[in-house]
Amino acid sequence: MTEIDKIKQEKEEWEKNCLREKAQQERQKSFRSLSDIEIKRLYTPNDIKDLNYGSDLGFPGQYPFTRGPYPNMYRGQLWTMRQFAGLGTAEQTNQRYKFLLRHGQTGLSVAFSLHTIYGYEADDDKALGEIGKEGVSIDTLKDMETLFDGIDLSKISTSMTINAPAAILLAMYIVTAEKQGHSPEQLRGTIQNDILKEYIAQKSWIFPPEPSMRLIVDTIEYCTKFVPQWYTISISGYHIREAGSTAVQELAFTLADGFAYVEAAMERGLDVDSFAPRLSFFFNSHNNFFEEVCKYRAARRIWAKKMKNKYSAKKTESMRLRFHTQTAGVSLTAQEPENNIVRVTLQGLAAVLGGTQSLHTNSFDEALCLPTEKAVRIALRTQQVIAHESGVTDTVDPLAGSYYVEWLTNKMEEESEAYFEKIEELGGVIPAIKANFFQKEIANASYKYQKEVENKERIIVAVNEYKPREPCSIELLKIDEKVAEEQVEKLNKIKSERNNEKIKEILEKLKEAAKGTENLMPYIIDAVREYAAIGEIMETLKEVFGIYREDSIY
Amino acid sequence: MDYSELIKKLTEGNSRAAARLITIVENDIDAAEEIINSIYEKTGNAYILGTTGAPGSGKSTFISTLIKILLAQGKKIGIICVDPSSPLTGGALLGDRIRMKEHFSLENVFIRSMANRGQLGGLARATEDAIKILDVFGCDIIIVETVGVGQSEVDIFRSAHTVIVLLVPGLGDDIQAIKAGIMEITDIFVVNKMDLPGADRKVSEIIQMLELNMNYKYNSIKKTRYIKEKHWEPELTLPNSDNLNEWIPEIIKINSRTGENFKDLLEIIEKHKNFLETTGVIINYRKNRIKTETFQILKYKLTKKVEELLNSEEIEKYLEQVIDKKLDPYSMANLIMKMLRNDKN
Amino acid sequence: MTEERRIKVLVCKPGLDGHDRGVKIIARALRDSGMEVIYTGLHQTPDDIVNTVIQEDPDAVMLSILSGSHKALCPIIMQKLKEHDIDDVLIAVGGIIPDEDKPFLEKHGLSGFHGPGTELKTIVEFVKNNLKR
Repeated sequence: MTEIDKIKQEKEEWEKNCLREKAQQERQKSFRSLSDIEIKRLYTPNDIKDLNYGSDLGFPGQYPFTRGPYPNMYRGQLWTMRQFAGLGTAEQTNQRYKFLLRHGQTGLSVAFSLHTIYGYEADDDKALGEIGKEGVSIDTLKDMETLFDGIDLSKISTSMTINAPAAILLAMYIVTAEKQGHSPEQLRGTIQNDILKEYIAQKSWIFPPEPSMRLIVDTIEYCTKFVPQWYTISISGYHIREAGSTAVQELAFTLADGFAYVEAAMERGLDVDSFAPRLSFFFNSHNNFFEEVCKYRAARRIWAKKMKNKYSAKKTESMRLRFHTQTAGVSLTAQEPENNIVRVTLQGLAAVLGGTQSLHTNSFDEALCLPTEKAVRIALRTQQVIAHESGVTDTVDPLAGSYYVEWLTNKMEEESEAYFEKIEELGGVIPAIKANFFQKEIANASYKYQKEVENKERIIVAVNEYKPREPCSIELLKIDEKVAEEQVEKLNKIKSERNNEKIKEILEKLKEAAKGTENLMPYIIDAVREYAAIGEIMETLKEVFGIYREDSIY
Repeated sequence: MDYSELIKKLTEGNSRAAARLITIVENDIDAAEEIINSIYEKTGNAYILGTTGAPGSGKSTFISTLIKILLAQGKKIGIICVDPSSPLTGGALLGDRIRMKEHFSLENVFIRSMANRGQLGGLARATEDAIKILDVFGCDIIIVETVGVGQSEVDIFRSAHTVIVLLVPGLGDDIQAIKAGIMEITDIFVVNKMDLPGADRKVSEIIQMLELNMNYKYNSIKKTRYIKEKHWEPELTLPNSDNLNEWIPEIIKINSRTGENFKDLLEIIEKHKNFLETTGVIINYRKNRIKTETFQILKYKLTKKVEELLNSEEIEKYLEQVIDKKLDPYSMANLIMKMLRNDKN
Repeated sequence: MTEERRIKVLVCKPGLDGHDRGVKIIARALRDSGMEVIYTGLHQTPDDIVNTVIQEDPDAVMLSILSGSHKALCPIIMQKLKEHDIDDVLIAVGGIIPDEDKPFLEKHGLSGFHGPGTELKTIVEFVKNNLKR
């Protein structure tokens, strides 16, 4: 009898003799992950009997990268501690950045105000009530210069969470660095620039899919030549998950988007190895600890295999998936907010054990307002405690080999493949978006989850169980409504001091170029340098590209 | 209740009055009676289009494009979108309005969502009343939009002037799903998304279906004449003088996203409108419409009355007799008929 | 003789806020409780919302705002409704509304203030029990 058969037999005996009636007395009828995967009571070598170390796991830093994108991971270098931040005016956010850097943050991450995200200036009607809330208000280059005042852009890497107007904000960043005396080759950072997930989840699109893809490939092409250290897309699953998808859906839809970008760039004629190394990912880290770890490992393996086999990538760097993680905002509660510190710790730990390259841990007041200094400090310290006190960073991919972890990693890969097939059948990601495929899956998953919570099939501490008797009160951050006035004043001042004639000329040229197929980055950079405002640039592009209207379903 | 104030505002084109009146007729048949009594003589100006199609046929884009064109012609448009109510909970997600989100100005486009509330004929009655209200409100054109091609659609569309059914290539069984009732009353078959492969095949399928199923009305559709390969006008085989007074359905391909062929579609609608307005046909048509409408109201009232009776205490003793096999269901029904006849109300 | 009266609810997202997970779930829950629900979609201006209220004549309007713009947008919506003599509709706002902003919003005629973690049945009951007509 083989070893495997022997274990199988012994397990059956164990169930009969040791487990016995306890099998019928468990706390739940079935234990399911957040992707509705049924989790067994016990995993044994049988569950991974077909696992081949070499081809399925391999060594970190080598194909298929399941164990990690780099050979010695955190022994060599810890993940970047990159807290997403943005509030009020550029001056206020500049202060917050300096605070965070002083306290040990190693990379910057910019959160923009909703009106900036949609390309409306502070004085636009649509911006009413939104200025400075949810992030920093940026209208022109001047705001960007203020944002990084006193921060050497050649020494820091910056991630900008911006999508539809990403090309414009990147242009502003490049010119800001230029004014600091640095060339684009020195710049390190990312723009999120992932429009596909906007249609699916975050909903901050402006133009229709086709011109949006064109703009994205423009940025990829431009950076490949001129800003070679820059990550041009942060292909995101975070928002898809926050919108209510399951972990498997987050995994599958994100990777599907990634493949769509690869195909779009290759269609432009770019060689896959010239741009793929600069694609990065952004995942969520949610509550089911092991499912999250397995999700990251599966992501690396799936990406590596597809890049090699489907897209014929030759360079190692093209097959190597690297990602930033943010802990799940939607999992944090307004009730007893201090409990969120515990949730974030577990979620952060899952990301680290999953091998993340960069991490944002949410502040405990996430469900209530933009973070206070105290809250964001604790969030940062959470990462530092994991890094320096827990010992998990002493070895690479410590959970590998666990029967459960390897089984679940395989399962998530399998279920993702099923989704890839479905998306293919629909004709690809963009047709699937237009057919509302992703949106329906997400709406159904989020409704199901909500029902499970209400039926107490899933417990949320202090929300549907262990409910607090008194309401908790903690200090909240408030954005002064004066911020809106200040921003509008600043904007008006700039508009009166700049060369408006020149801007008009440049925008005309941009418009003409947009009608054709030229790369738009140089035109955007020129416009930005003259202090053209975001809204003006976006309006010019809207005239050519049109606006996307969502065919909402619910 | 006095509705004269609201009705006065309605004739002045006040949107809120129109909306409030529609809510009232939806919920209260007695009030509906009063209101329709007051406004009936003012109706008859609006032209009513009924449109339907299976989910996925692109109805919303179709209607949006249609609206844009009609607005450009200076028309005032009312749209009533009907969505199904859940048979389990009775609730409904009225999801059509959200698909017409483009900015329509308040004055010239009035969109109202209604749930079909699943009763026999109840929907048709409420929709018919809502149409009258929008008519008096001042709409030149009223579009009634539903999903599906079943019996309740037949009921609603009996009150429409022109009935349009939307079909689309790639949706396998949308033609089979068209129940006989709808087929009889469709005036224009529109194949949407004409840029997709299979559009022409869809047209052939429609022609086949009409030839197969409608020969009790026509001798046959001998051959079809192609006009710009986008529009099919059937040719009649004579002799059958009846045919001259019948409208033979026309078929047209369109593209809602680009607006292609909408000009031709509007011409067909105009043609149908003219057809209806020529003598002979229109009177019969109107009489039939009125008969149907009255039937709907009667059906509704009677059903409610019978339900009331069935649930009343008097019936209890009869029910027991039926259980004891002393009475059969037919006899019980006759007893109820007698009760109705003697009912003073 | 009256029809079975259904409660009609409008569920809206004013402003630029794109968080629509909650609002979609609430729409379904209200439907499951037997109400007729219209979701207006994202990015509604105050005029869009008021226009829809005029035409659809709902019994209740649920505004969902998670971006912090409630103090700016809600008064404008309430003002416009007033201008159209609409005073018998329940107007509720939910999402992320700090406690200290509630008195201000109440003064303007809003109620509800359901935040993250609120049970769906609480919201359904709230609508049923607070209708103005």
